[in-house]
Amino acid sequence: METRELEQIARQIRLRDVQAVYEAGAGHIGGEMSATDILTALFFRVLNIFPENPKNPERDRFVLSKGHVALALYVTLAKRGFIPEEEISTFLKPMSRLNGHPNCNKVPGVETNTGPLGHGLPVAVGMAKAAKLSGAAYRTFVLTGDGEMQEGSNWEAIMAGAQFGLDNLTLIIDHNRFQQGASLKDTNDLAPLRPRLEAFGWDVTEINGNAMAEVVPALEKRTARPHCIVAHTNKGHGISFMQDSGDWHHKVPNKDQYELAVKELSEAL
Amino acid sequence: MDATTKTNLYDCRDAFASVLEKLAADNEAVVAVCNDSVGSSKLGGFKSKFPERLVNVGIAEQNMVGVGAGLANGGRIPFVCGASCFLTGRALEQIKADISYSNANVKLIGISSGMAYGELGPTHHSIEDFAWTRVLPNLPVIAPCDRIETAAAVAWAATYDGPVFLRLSRVGVPDLLPEGHVFEVGKANVLREGTDVTLIANGTLTHRMVKAADILAKDGINARVLNMATVRPIDEAAIIAAAKETGAIVTAEEHSIYGGLGSAVAEVVVDHAPVPMKRLGVPGVYAPTGSAEFLLDEFGMAPGAIAEATVALLRRK
Repeated sequence: METRELEQIARQIRLRDVQAVYEAGAGHIGGEMSATDILTALFFRVLNIFPENPKNPERDRFVLSKGHVALALYVTLAKRGFIPEEEISTFLKPMSRLNGHPNCNKVPGVETNTGPLGHGLPVAVGMAKAAKLSGAAYRTFVLTGDGEMQEGSNWEAIMAGAQFGLDNLTLIIDHNRFQQGASLKDTNDLAPLRPRLEAFGWDVTEINGNAMAEVVPALEKRTARPHCIVAHTNKGHGISFMQDSGDWHHKVPNKDQYELAVKELSEAL
Repeated sequence: MDATTKTNLYDCRDAFASVLEKLAADNEAVVAVCNDSVGSSKLGGFKSKFPERLVNVGIAEQNMVGVGAGLANGGRIPFVCGASCFLTGRALEQIKADISYSNANVKLIGISSGMAYGELGPTHHSIEDFAWTRVLPNLPVIAPCDRIETAAAVAWAATYDGPVFLRLSRVGVPDLLPEGHVFEVGKANVLREGTDVTLIANGTLTHRMVKAADILAKDGINARVLNMATVRPIDEAAIIAAAKETGAIVTAEEHSIYGGLGSAVAEVVVDHAPVPMKRLGVPGVYAPTGSAEFLLDEFGMAPGAIAEATVALLRRK
């Protein structure tokens, strides 16, 4: 699938995500918008996956470590055929399998349960190590937030990834510069991320994580060491009044805001 | 068999290591994961036989448990080994989210649990691990009493498709169960029949309960002894039968009296068959300096003290 087509799918995913947040009255809209291009590139171009047989042992693994943007993953999985598209309207409703953080035992396409931050990368290291042990050809991808990198467990896993020589592992950091309470800079400033990852023995690629033409080649790149993509993104990307604001971590748009967001995303389609 | 002779005491870690090596020889999916604990987890033999299948993450327990979940996702059967105090305490959220909630096929092996580290002090004691782990769904919690039960439980864990927490000691114990014993999760073993009271324990305390029953027998008190290795799922039928048939229950464990085996037994008793109970264990304090054996005596779990507590309990029947 080519860049232009992927961009169109990303906009459709954003639109459905915003609608679902508005309908459910909850969600993590800012981080969902920042991560959508990465999710789209993974599920519609890069990952070797089997929606009809989601547990195929040869599948590439994707771990959403920033589990709070589960809705963006659900919309992507639905669009890719893992779950029915109409099921998105059940998001957060009683007894829906689509709760606020993804559940691997209920939702096909989810590999491990996330929610508490700093969990996905260690699990991804284990997945990549398993492939090394068994000789499997699958690749493992994990998406974290930038604030999430404040969790120490990530750095334990980063050390292990380098020690184990996991050239089949790609970490994507959604570097949107805002965490729940404030900016990364004003909280515990990990930026610049590149030298930190390089010091731990990883190869690092920096991209505009909202530019599909940069996202796809970065994800397809193979490196001799574990690969970290520092994806510079905008929180709330695609919606003018949300963009680059810490206010939209988990705020829900009012009617006027919702209509404006739908208008902007629809125009882009 | 003489429990007082050092030569007849066995370190259950050796039984664990020996079965693990056999499992690994038979199945290339079996891997060991550890936190720089090759020596204390007795993985030296595994390392020399299967060096590529020993995944040592270094001193990083949170990562160790997450890596275990990922290995299971990739079709491996990981035995994740570390001192129980660090494995369960440091990585509890990983055990909850990555293992229990995700229902990952990971075998957690808590080494040197209870007060096995004796003089090293309360930071190294693991007398909270039953409480922390037995509230987690999907996770059988098992504390074998001797080398035979340890070997049987490890073999069972490898065939069971799901997470397991196995709690081992490093303190030598004599053989108690017969050779060839088959481990059944959630099933207590009757070590001694009795009608006056039931003594329930697991791990190192089972041995002390058997000796306490011998002392009670001399006073004409006929005590049933249950070895209850599985704390979750607890053997409700055996507990209800004990309550109804013997009318009083004493528990003892190398754990805090809050939240462990005694609490699990009491929950069944109050729900189904209320009878007088006495829970022996660490009474909600940090232990003073001393060996494991010294501390168990200090906390009222010498066989004679267990017998005295039982006699006192029987006055309430």
